[in-house]
Amino acid sequence: MDKSQGRVTRDAAETAALPPVVTASGHRGLVMDEKLIFEQGVEGRCGVDLPEPPPVASRLGGLERKGPIGLPGLSEPQVIRHFTRLSQKNFAIDAGLYPLGSCTMKHNPRLNEKMARLPGFADVHPLQPASTVQGALAVMDELSRWLTTLTGMPAVALSPGAGAHGEYCGMVAIRAAIEARGEAATRKRVLVPESAHGTNPATAAAIGFDVDPIPAEAGGRVDVAALKAKLGPDVAAIMLTNPNTCGLFEAEIVEIARLVREAGGYFYCDGANFNAIAGRVRPADLGIDAMHINLHKTFSTPHGGGGPGSGPVVFSARLAEFVPVPYLVRDGEGLSLVEHKADAPQSLGRLKGFHGQMGMFVRALTYMLSHGADGIRQASNDAVLNANYVMARLQDVMTPSFAGPCMHECLFDDRFLKDTGVTTLDFAKAMIDEGYHPMTMYFPLVVHGAMLIEPTESETKESLDLFVDTMRALVERAKAGEVAYFRAAPRLTPRRRLDETRAARAPVLRWKKPVSALPQAAE
Amino acid sequence: MRYLPHTEDDRRAMLAAIGAPSVDALFRDVPPSARLDGPIAGLSTTMGELEVDRHMSALAARSRAAGSMASFIGAGAYRHHVPSSVDHLIQRGEFLTSYTPYQPEVSQGTLQYLFEFQTQVAMITGMEVANASMYDGATATVEAVVMANRATRRGKAILSGGLHPHYRAVIETQAHFGGFTAVSAPPSPVGGEDLATMIDAETSCVVVQNPSVFGQLVDLAPLAKACQARGALLIAVVTEVVSLGAVTSPGEMGADIVACEGQSIGNALNFGGPHVGLFATREKYVRQMPGRLTGETVDADGRRGWVLTLSTREQHIRREKATSNICTNSGLCALAFTIHMSLLGETGFRRLAALNHAAAVRLAEKLDGVRGARLLNQSFFNEFTLKLPVPAAGVVDALAERGVLAGVPGSRLWPERPDLADLLIVAATETNTEAEMDRFATLLEEVL
Repeated sequence: MDKSQGRVTRDAAETAALPPVVTASGHRGLVMDEKLIFEQGVEGRCGVDLPEPPPVASRLGGLERKGPIGLPGLSEPQVIRHFTRLSQKNFAIDAGLYPLGSCTMKHNPRLNEKMARLPGFADVHPLQPASTVQGALAVMDELSRWLTTLTGMPAVALSPGAGAHGEYCGMVAIRAAIEARGEAATRKRVLVPESAHGTNPATAAAIGFDVDPIPAEAGGRVDVAALKAKLGPDVAAIMLTNPNTCGLFEAEIVEIARLVREAGGYFYCDGANFNAIAGRVRPADLGIDAMHINLHKTFSTPHGGGGPGSGPVVFSARLAEFVPVPYLVRDGEGLSLVEHKADAPQSLGRLKGFHGQMGMFVRALTYMLSHGADGIRQASNDAVLNANYVMARLQDVMTPSFAGPCMHECLFDDRFLKDTGVTTLDFAKAMIDEGYHPMTMYFPLVVHGAMLIEPTESETKESLDLFVDTMRALVERAKAGEVAYFRAAPRLTPRRRLDETRAARAPVLRWKKPVSALPQAAE
Repeated sequence: MRYLPHTEDDRRAMLAAIGAPSVDALFRDVPPSARLDGPIAGLSTTMGELEVDRHMSALAARSRAAGSMASFIGAGAYRHHVPSSVDHLIQRGEFLTSYTPYQPEVSQGTLQYLFEFQTQVAMITGMEVANASMYDGATATVEAVVMANRATRRGKAILSGGLHPHYRAVIETQAHFGGFTAVSAPPSPVGGEDLATMIDAETSCVVVQNPSVFGQLVDLAPLAKACQARGALLIAVVTEVVSLGAVTSPGEMGADIVACEGQSIGNALNFGGPHVGLFATREKYVRQMPGRLTGETVDADGRRGWVLTLSTREQHIRREKATSNICTNSGLCALAFTIHMSLLGETGFRRLAALNHAAAVRLAEKLDGVRGARLLNQSFFNEFTLKLPVPAAGVVDALAERGVLAGVPGSRLWPERPDLADLLIVAATETNTEAEMDRFATLLEEVL
């Protein structure tokens, strides 16, 4: 046997005859099967070394905890290995193209992470005296300046914790303005396009508004005639995403803004898709009254498996006085925060425990400074270029829902899969075996079997070419009748398709200590 | 620009494939009045790493990090030692740069740690189920109130005077605009308020923070009974989760919903955010819960795995009928919590709590009686309130100049209540040394 490295030591015919690999350990090469921490813990083991507490007389007032909590004991190396193994079961931007439409999964620069960890930002208590936190406040001030300049809007609220929280902030400001006009009882209807993110109607409803859907016209944009017909003295606002969730710029947006304003309503813009137009279009020039900006989309703060996000809201002059507390002010002694509604009677009040997502402010400002105004404009150009390139190279084999040009994402529906037996879901799962995270699927709801692809500006042309070639190969496969291939996908992942019905029918939402000594079911 | 890969040749080739003469042509749907010809004026241009690092580091240097002083500030955010491995693990790109786990086959890592997080949260709060996190403690609390309104079909929340005033303010905002009532008991530094008699047929919930913002510990069991007798839910709020390693859990005291600020475990102060809200309740309310839930299931081969579940409660399915509008939550902060809690385990968590309590007891002994300063609390965990002979804000400023963050003055939290201006809320954690405490006491003596 030739033992030198890199040589084939078995002949191909011999290995071809082997059955599929079933390992004794449950691991599969670099993919480790990993139990829950609760199944690994041993009583008395601990991953930290803490000193013996000094003897003191308890002041807990007789409320001492009795009985065990049930937390497992693990050593530090066990914990490191556990979470490292878990991380290896995740797809990530760092690993590959993540074309999740309306989510803007762009590169997350590591400089941002380094800056966010500077002690002057990370190790500062939110209630330290203002004189000791001038640097942190300066970040908020600089970020505010970038956001108001990029949007052309005069005021900004930094405290919302994510996009939906920003929507809430903006819509509450609108409600406050309507109250101030004495029309709270009558202006209660909010117009929301059918293509809107689910957070839009959920937000409007949480504030007591009545949600009234507006249809799209055949081209994928708001039907202005239908909108006109719905306007009236009871309309509080329109909530519109622009560019919209079909990946299109609302070409009539200035007219829409004028109509809504003339009817006495306000224009809330969902800024989730700002990455298409940042540095190219200022929302103020479109007639918008309030818009949230997802720092975790447009300005590259990491999504972190679902957060934390940050959703600052910019306001027009009509709404500026209603901004939530806290907000920044500058006086002779420097920057400080107005923290209480008592000191700001027009403010809509407080929305969050402290001042907002400071860690995200630092990352977003670092991104902005790195790019500069020129780089931000170039990023938007490239994001739009990449989406149009993908659309152009797929439109002959897949079915774009609407004519282009698109903005930073392109929308396909499932007409190209007609009569193949393959669904959008099947197609998405087959992409996983190809090494791609699927695009956003079944959203927006206005087209059948939607596939919303957002490549972002981070991708090279070579990366997009491979993606497009892969998609074309999959389409060919689907059209060749390989329906079983798609229904079985994915097959190369740590887990194959998961039974969501079973999960919802009898929910198991936490680990519980097994009640008997019976061996557990094999995993 | 280092993050943008295209060369001019790439762009030309791509435009040719698209059949567009220029990138500007792709923006033809933008109304002419709103088109900008070039970069927006008044902002800087592209900078290299070194220049950005220099700029940001200079800003950071203008803040005084709590760790560079002796810090005794709490009131909703606490400075603890976070083991080094926590920050290393959460910076793995597979965690840091992944999205919400909507595609479970390529998100088992996130889903499994969320399942572990939910279990840890349920265990320490003494509840049956927990969700996959909220933005922070204050927003978790307001979600708890909204859930109680929904579950009881009532619309009046009673808020304890020991509730953090920022939390109260967040609830009042939502009450005003969301159409329910929030009635607050006056601030009560040492407890003793009678919330039970405030409960009426309209009351959906009673919200009590334990330990209170003043640090006072209370037994919630009698109030839980009163709530139960009148069909209201008891919402327990915990802003210092380390306390749960030493104090009887809210679940054992009879709480129906527990809302916590989880920052203390795994997360830095971050000037107030990002933090992580914990939300736990009883199994019977699971379909009323806000936010994401991870559930166990099996895959096509019958192997155990995890998925997001019960999403018919959520905005992306239910839209205006959703239980909450929350979408993005605090995933990575929840991961930091999970890792830190895994390192601590039963032994470490309990010892950490004991160390915090001991530190506070010793500090209280040192400060109580210093030139008329008086400890108000009968019982407390790692935070307590001193009544000073002078307004506390001046004392805090004077001590900050001498390198001690003495706590939070009453005027910072209740500017509308001059009678509370002489209160100083002081916290001690395992990070405070004996020498720091002595220095605090000495300086307090000097400035009073």
